[in-house]
Amino acid sequence: MFQVLLDHYPYYLSTALIVIGVWGMLAKHNLMKKVIGMNIFQTAIILLFISSSVKFGATVPTFDPKLGLENTALYVNPLPHVLMLTAIVVMVATNGVAFAILLLIYRRYRTLDEEEILRRMRE
Amino acid sequence: MEAHSSLKPLVAVLVPLLASLLIMLSGKRPNIRELWTVLGSVAMFGIVFSMLPSALGSKYPEIVLFTISPGIALAFRADTAGIIFGLSASALWIVTSIFSIGYMRSLSEEKQTRYYTCFAICLSSAMGIAFAANLLTFVIFYEMLTIATYPLVIHKESPEAIQAGRKYLAYLLTGGLVLIIATALTYKYTGTLDFSPGGFLSGVVEQHNLLPLFVLFLVGLGMKAALIPFHSWLPTAMIAPTPVSALLHAVAVVKAGVFGFVRVIGFVFGPTLFHEIGAGNMLAVMASITIIASSLLAMYQNNLKRRLAYSTVVHLGYILLGVALLSPSAWVGGLVHIANHAAMKITLFFCAGAIYVKTHCENISELDGIGRQMPITMGAFALVSIGLVGMPPLNGFISKWFLGQGTLAAGEGIYLIVLLLSGLLNAGYLFPIVRRAFFAQSSKRTKFAEASILMLAPLVLTALISLFLGLVPDGIFHFYSLAGNVATSVLAGAGR
Amino acid sequence: MAQLPAIIPVSLLLSAFVAFLVGTFSRSLVYPITLLGIVTALVTAVMGLIRVLQDGAQHYYFGGWPPPLGIEYVLDHLSGFMTVLVMFIALLSVIYSRRSFLQEVPEKIVPLYSLVLLMLAGLTGIILTGDLFNLYVFLEIASLAAYAIMAIGNDKAPVAVIRYVIMGTIGACFYLLGVGFIYFATGSLNMGDVARILPGIYGSRLIVVAMTFIVIGMALKMALFPLHIWLPDVYTYSPSAVVALIAPIMTKVGAYVLIRMLVSVFLPNYLTSVLPVTLMIGWLAAVGIVAMSIMAIAQKDFRRMLAYSSVAQICYVALGIGLANPFGLIGALLHILNHAFMKGCLFQISGGIRYRAGLWQIPQFAGLGRHMRWTMGAFTVAAISMVGIPPACGFFSKWYLVLGCIDAGNWVFAVVVVASSLLNAVYFFRVLEKVYMVPSNNDSTVTAASDPPGEMLAPILVLASGIIILGVINAVIVTQILEPIVSLAF
Repeated sequence: MFQVLLDHYPYYLSTALIVIGVWGMLAKHNLMKKVIGMNIFQTAIILLFISSSVKFGATVPTFDPKLGLENTALYVNPLPHVLMLTAIVVMVATNGVAFAILLLIYRRYRTLDEEEILRRMRE
Repeated sequence: MEAHSSLKPLVAVLVPLLASLLIMLSGKRPNIRELWTVLGSVAMFGIVFSMLPSALGSKYPEIVLFTISPGIALAFRADTAGIIFGLSASALWIVTSIFSIGYMRSLSEEKQTRYYTCFAICLSSAMGIAFAANLLTFVIFYEMLTIATYPLVIHKESPEAIQAGRKYLAYLLTGGLVLIIATALTYKYTGTLDFSPGGFLSGVVEQHNLLPLFVLFLVGLGMKAALIPFHSWLPTAMIAPTPVSALLHAVAVVKAGVFGFVRVIGFVFGPTLFHEIGAGNMLAVMASITIIASSLLAMYQNNLKRRLAYSTVVHLGYILLGVALLSPSAWVGGLVHIANHAAMKITLFFCAGAIYVKTHCENISELDGIGRQMPITMGAFALVSIGLVGMPPLNGFISKWFLGQGTLAAGEGIYLIVLLLSGLLNAGYLFPIVRRAFFAQSSKRTKFAEASILMLAPLVLTALISLFLGLVPDGIFHFYSLAGNVATSVLAGAGR
Repeated sequence: MAQLPAIIPVSLLLSAFVAFLVGTFSRSLVYPITLLGIVTALVTAVMGLIRVLQDGAQHYYFGGWPPPLGIEYVLDHLSGFMTVLVMFIALLSVIYSRRSFLQEVPEKIVPLYSLVLLMLAGLTGIILTGDLFNLYVFLEIASLAAYAIMAIGNDKAPVAVIRYVIMGTIGACFYLLGVGFIYFATGSLNMGDVARILPGIYGSRLIVVAMTFIVIGMALKMALFPLHIWLPDVYTYSPSAVVALIAPIMTKVGAYVLIRMLVSVFLPNYLTSVLPVTLMIGWLAAVGIVAMSIMAIAQKDFRRMLAYSSVAQICYVALGIGLANPFGLIGALLHILNHAFMKGCLFQISGGIRYRAGLWQIPQFAGLGRHMRWTMGAFTVAAISMVGIPPACGFFSKWYLVLGCIDAGNWVFAVVVVASSLLNAVYFFRVLEKVYMVPSNNDSTVTAASDPPGEMLAPILVLASGIIILGVINAVIVTQILEPIVSLAF
């Protein structure tokens, strides 16, 4: 059991982070904390992907003349890295939009507490 | 029986639609608008009448339009059964139009353009129902009829009218939706929905699936046909203006329901199969209960139109009893009664409308002595009441005669007793009205005159038609031959 | 013309940037550029669909890299159908929106239209792409643009949108997780490739989890009950023209993704045999239809009523997907088309009433029928279609769904589909009664109202006539376009 944990620790960590992120998004009342939870959630997914690209005894996926191209097992899988660059950009853009909306909300309601805002909105 | 391609059934459906468009556009000029209504009704009747000879000769005009669902086309066929319904509806639209003009103008009603437009659309849907060549086309126009009649039911826009409209929609939309499920099931079982005389279900569908399928059709069609326990929308819908009640509830909407039964029993199930699964007895029993119970309920109604509504339910029961029995005479009686009852009931409603316009009385208790002041109106009423009871020389006797023969031929004498009993009950709720009108002393001071000629002429005409059809059952419209034709084609080889 | 699949999203992207750049100098040029971009994309989409009907599916490889190395764009019956639908509704909505935006948010025209174009680029990208990760990218492009557009407006919109942001991001990230697991198991991100490899590894638990994540993610995006919570607030508080644009198409694209997964990636016998996901979708949808229709009946705000109605209608589509048989899928696809027209028309009418009379509470609509004749006429047509009366198109999608339910032997679903028509009738006829019958108590806002100006009325009327036309020609659409899609899967 401990061996299983040790073998697959990236997955467990990522999963834990995902759960923390989702909990933050759903359980917290402060809108900023929700956005932070969102960030944690997305980052955890990115970590999960990248951890899947790792190979034992491999190096960064840039061409090294000393290693050559014949044995691809010497390079870490570059595809998830590339995908995750895109995902990071998406994450940043989402953050931008979310913060802009939070600014709008704050200017109008002077608070970022969800319950308070909803109460005022329903009136 | 061959079918030849002809545009006429399609034209019969489109002419009223065109008329409705013209009516809507000439809303600002009432005389032109009324002209379109009358022209449209005459044109439609002309087309349907012109298809009569070919229907009698067993060469049916048919037209297949485009596919409406993969494997099923939107198709019309003017066969004998369809012509019976189509002919009675279109002939009566003419007289109802004239009566409507008189009624609406005498009462200076509002929203007349909406009224005439929806009326025309309703007739178009009725033609679509009559001439539909397959179940899906039938269902499409059936639903259109429900929606097109709604604005007519709530015409007065009073709170009671709106409530009545809600009840109307609740019942009829539910029926339509159950009918859709029944149609989908039929399509799943057999892969086709085309009506064919003698049915297309036998041998294709497993026995144990047939009765539940019929129950679905029963609920779906029974709503419109005002079969007990689905009848209660009809008395409530009497809040509509009298011409609406006259045509739609005595002729088009409820007759569409019983016509649906004719199609389903005769052209989908087939009467022999229908009886094999026990549905025949079920329907006959339900029809009998409808007849007796509704007659009794009619006697308790003080509102004239509500009493007439329950009377309609009784006579729809007659028609259903006729098609539920496995005998050509019963079928002839039931089918002929579609037309006969239409002519008689519409006269009664016209009388009720004329009385309302002149006296603003809706209740029978207020009608004392009206007969002496409106002799023509009440005379027609009395004449037609005789027919509804089933006495010669009116057409009501003809239908009852054949229905009675049919019950004996099918070996179900009990239904003959039901018919005779209901004749007495009919008299029980109609004759007192006549008695009060002619022989009771009026407590009112004011003198009433007859209604305007626009209202008087139609009701006299329909009363005379009822008399004529009683004396010459096959005259002009050949209803008797048409009915016989349907009965033989549907019951080919079965029954006596 | 082999580049047709690529031209559509690229042209919209280009227009988005051009519109923004030009708009910073001259505000009045933004609208024409937007129209030009959308018309170009629409024309290209129609040409593409015709091409597909004649020649079959078109493939385009970005950069010339063949799959599984490169990103592939596929224009087949399903994507052609969806693209034409999305662009047509977008065109009508944008034409409709000009007056409405000028009245509600005049100073934000430039970013609004650029973002609209960006969102449309994202949506068409989702529809056309054949690569799983590329779908995520465009999904987020479309979603972010949509968040931004919806938040413009009054005070309440941002609050509604922030909830949408949170839930939508969860959805998209779940989808990303699912795609990741598929990649781990198959080593490929190309849809066709994955479909080829999957049958060999059907028992793999990784694939089961991947599918679950993808389904939940897209359920969040398409507002399938019970993950619909973000939708009512967003549709109620955003500017009316924005809702008229987004409501007919955003959630449908989510449904499209599910269908694409069903038809092209996980084939149906997998979804029914290994893990009965479709059954679960079907049951959630059935409950959703009933629950959401009842919620719609309880609403006094017209837009909120339409929002709950939209959730119920998306549940119809999900029910069709959940049946996992040919008729069910045809019903679902046809309902996507029909509902886009019906809801597009209804939300535009709602915006028109807001524009002319400033009203959005149903009790205040009393007597509008007399003053806004054409608009209310269109509303009657749309209402009749929603209830499911022929010959309007709503009847036919329900007809196919009922056929599908009978095929699957599922009577509960059939009754739900049919009974919900009655619930729809309740809340639509209630509005009709108010509008046509209850005499206006001489409320000056009502008597002063008239039909919206031509620019706004024309799209409403086009959609209303489209409802009837689509009903009449539905067999053509089914046989030509939908049946080939279904034959891919079954």
